[in-house]
Amino acid sequence: MDIPYTVAARPDTGLNNGKIAIWLFLASEVMLFGALFASYVMLRVGAPEWPAGATYLNVPLATLNTVVLISSSVTMVLAWASLVKRNFSRFRLFLGITILCGLVFLVIKYFEYSAKFHHGYLPATNTFLAIYFTLTGLHGLHVIGGMAVNSWLWGPGSAMWRTDPAHFTNRVENAGLFWHLVDLVWIFLFPVLYLL
Amino acid sequence: MDEAHDRAAAHDHVDIDRHVRAALFVFLALLVLTGFTVAAWTLHLPTRSAITLALLIAVVKGSLVAGWFMHLVSERRLIYWVLALTAAFFVPLLLIPVLTSSSALHR
Repeated sequence: MDIPYTVAARPDTGLNNGKIAIWLFLASEVMLFGALFASYVMLRVGAPEWPAGATYLNVPLATLNTVVLISSSVTMVLAWASLVKRNFSRFRLFLGITILCGLVFLVIKYFEYSAKFHHGYLPATNTFLAIYFTLTGLHGLHVIGGMAVNSWLWGPGSAMWRTDPAHFTNRVENAGLFWHLVDLVWIFLFPVLYLL
Repeated sequence: MDEAHDRAAAHDHVDIDRHVRAALFVFLALLVLTGFTVAAWTLHLPTRSAITLALLIAVVKGSLVAGWFMHLVSERRLIYWVLALTAAFFVPLLLIPVLTSSSALHR
């Protein structure tokens, strides 16, 4: 039995099911990170003193990571656009670059975390580091999740392109929406944690 | 029928080319704004001004990502309603700690 409205838009909403589902999921993600940002504000305004992010964190590395993640967002758009233009090889190239950018982001994050641990800066050290590790750790898990989905779409999942290209294009678009949210969250994490 | 299909496909290509050009422009804008964020940080502004400026730039960057990369500039009404409902909970969530601390300061 075929699942309806995977490609065609529902007559009542004008959207296919996947698009509605991914936006509802993204809304829940906004609330998840929103709760943590609110916790950050609460902890910061309640603290007698708050360290400047640069005291503990590496601003140049974080700036580089921002550029890497922004670049991965644009290659994700280019991957989806390649599918719309029926160019599968370019899709694989751009999605491959997106996955690679995610990997570079995580490697840079690994070096950042290693340096902190080396200096004895742990989540238990102080409130600032506790919220830093919580927010960036959760964000890192989202990067890993996005990479897993993108890797599946790049590899075994791409077999659908031959049988149902429109459905596959929608899947890539929805994976892209998640990936852009990951970028969006980092756009706020970067100044809030590193620069303020 | 084939001619109509070809015309529709050509129209899709024009639309997607326009979309890609916009995405590349947004990409450049995001890089420039990231530069602004870091440049503003090096000015060592007073805390309140630094927070305002950094968050203002982040909001502009976020809007560019949501608007063009996530296609929100041309999305269906239902998606806007979903996001409006999210904002109705998200904004108070962020305001509660700010307002609480503000009242604590004036006690």
